[in-house]
Amino acid sequence: MPGKIDDAQVRHIAMLSRLKPTEEEVRLFSEQLSTILAYFDQLSEVDTTQVPPTAHALPVSNVFRPDEPHVPFGPDQALANAPRRDGDFFAVPKVLDQESA
Amino acid sequence: MDRSKLKIRPIIGMEIHVQLATKTKLFCACPIEFGAPPNSRVCPVCLGMPGVLPVLNRTAYEHAVRTAIALKCEIARFTKWDRKSYYYPDLPKNYQISQYDLPLGFDGAFDVPVDDAAVSNAPADGAPADGEPEGGRPTDGGSASGRPESGVAAGLRTGRSPRKTSGTESTGYRRVGIIRAHLEEDAGKNLHEKPGITQVDLNRTGTPLLEIVTEPDLASADEAYNFCVELQRLVTYLGASEASMQKGQMRFEPNVNVAIEYDGREYRTPIAEVKNLNSFKAVRDAIRYEIERQVSEWMADPDYVINKRPKENRGWDDVRGVTEFQRGKEEAHDYRYFPDPDLVPVEVDDAWIESMKDSVGELPLERQARMSSEYGLSSADAATILADRATADLFEEAAEAGHPPTLGKQFISFWSAHANARNTTIAGLGIDAARLGELSKITADGLVNATAAAIIAEKMLSSSDTPTAIAQREGLIQTRDEGQVQAWVEEAFTKNEKAVQDALANPKKQQQARGFLTGQVMKISGGKADPKVVGKLIEEKLAKLSQDL
Repeated sequence: MPGKIDDAQVRHIAMLSRLKPTEEEVRLFSEQLSTILAYFDQLSEVDTTQVPPTAHALPVSNVFRPDEPHVPFGPDQALANAPRRDGDFFAVPKVLDQESA
Repeated sequence: MDRSKLKIRPIIGMEIHVQLATKTKLFCACPIEFGAPPNSRVCPVCLGMPGVLPVLNRTAYEHAVRTAIALKCEIARFTKWDRKSYYYPDLPKNYQISQYDLPLGFDGAFDVPVDDAAVSNAPADGAPADGEPEGGRPTDGGSASGRPESGVAAGLRTGRSPRKTSGTESTGYRRVGIIRAHLEEDAGKNLHEKPGITQVDLNRTGTPLLEIVTEPDLASADEAYNFCVELQRLVTYLGASEASMQKGQMRFEPNVNVAIEYDGREYRTPIAEVKNLNSFKAVRDAIRYEIERQVSEWMADPDYVINKRPKENRGWDDVRGVTEFQRGKEEAHDYRYFPDPDLVPVEVDDAWIESMKDSVGELPLERQARMSSEYGLSSADAATILADRATADLFEEAAEAGHPPTLGKQFISFWSAHANARNTTIAGLGIDAARLGELSKITADGLVNATAAAIIAEKMLSSSDTPTAIAQREGLIQTRDEGQVQAWVEEAFTKNEKAVQDALANPKKQQQARGFLTGQVMKISGGKADPKVVGKLIEEKLAKLSQDL
């Protein structure tokens, strides 16, 4: 499937996702992602000229919650599935970047 | 190049994050508690578990809209929620829920008091935002004068449309345009203290933040400082935020560059955004530093101008007092916003907007001016009373039955002292308006003196009796019975012959001696003598004695 998504785009998305695919994987993913996008392209065959744009699939708005607390997880429950913990903190590989906004 | 030949005009806009005063997070019911043990205020929603459903906190939305109304923003009738994607361990979902193209408030304005003296004493310190003519302001050494920067040109430079609130603005105020105000969720905290790992605490994740973005209308570090102070005052007054700096509930990001006029031409330095400042002082110091740094860089390198250099992010080093370049994140700024399918839009109807407008009411600056003129208070005293909205309400209620200027003095003196001692506000003392008003009235009427009023106030804290009843019980009603006061005066004169001699015959000490004698009479009377009567009788007595000499 000729490049809807090229290798450079895959590398860019991988960088944003902090992933390091091999060259082989880059080629594989660009092919797979292109196929997926082409599949979705079928949607553009539908005539939507009479359909107003929407931000949401449901005709629903204003779903709210009152400002009342529930009982949260404790640290042990929160960290139960963490690959690594340090005391009651999640432990992740050292982040060198400045705080992100 | 001669630095003094440059005319420098700082151009400053602000981005502010304000933590809203809700009990729970924006999209889940986890309690918000500063200083809670790590990862103890989290749930599947804010931990970013798959398959969870975020639901919007209505109070957070209302606090945000009320603040936007107070900032004179247009309120969006329809908003939606967008995912802003980025990968960072303090953001477990790998996206932040925010409002991208439809902020809940936009096109607002906020008036900030500007220190007149500071502006006029700093000739090179900035141009007016709009409305004011440039003329009449001293220029640096008179060179490059006659620059035809009109208010219209000043408006054009920021590319904004004409203000809906155009017209004359009151002197001493800077009108700062508000571009937008939107709601978003805060990230957690990364701690970098340990070697080899970063510790992540997700308690803060999902805390509601109101992000406010201004036009670049501020023209000096001091104006930016005032802006931040005034904004803090506004949000606390509205009850929309506790706005505690210590708890990081207000964070500031100034965007700074300078227009430099030299040899008839104007040059603009590249914009620097100083990230994440969390005190007013840091805002002022960082902006001052940036202005100087940018001018120096431009003087050393003529290509240091806006079109030839990218915008940069800088961090403020509080200890060394400098800003530092932060690695460019241009590539990372690919946030791939798209509407969040898990959250439905918010639609605001007229009735809801009206009810929120009603709860905003009169704004602090307007109310300060009104209270000052209506009750005969100094502007500073009115501001102090207004620091807490419930206290201001209590004052106004008490003023109806009381004597407003005296009430003002009592609020500023002993009532605020009692409140501070109990770590609360005057309203928090729980004394009803009627009694507060009565105490001011009996003081103003001369039934009790100022010293007695302070004693009565103390008793009022632990008794529900009226001030008059307390005064009677404690024997604090002032004596105006001249026979009684005369007896006290006689006693004071007998006991203090030296002072009497000074009052009669020593021109240097006359005033002091009279004051001393008045004090002695008050002391002998146990504070009960009416000072006016005392003064009159002392004068009469001295007049008589000097005749006898």
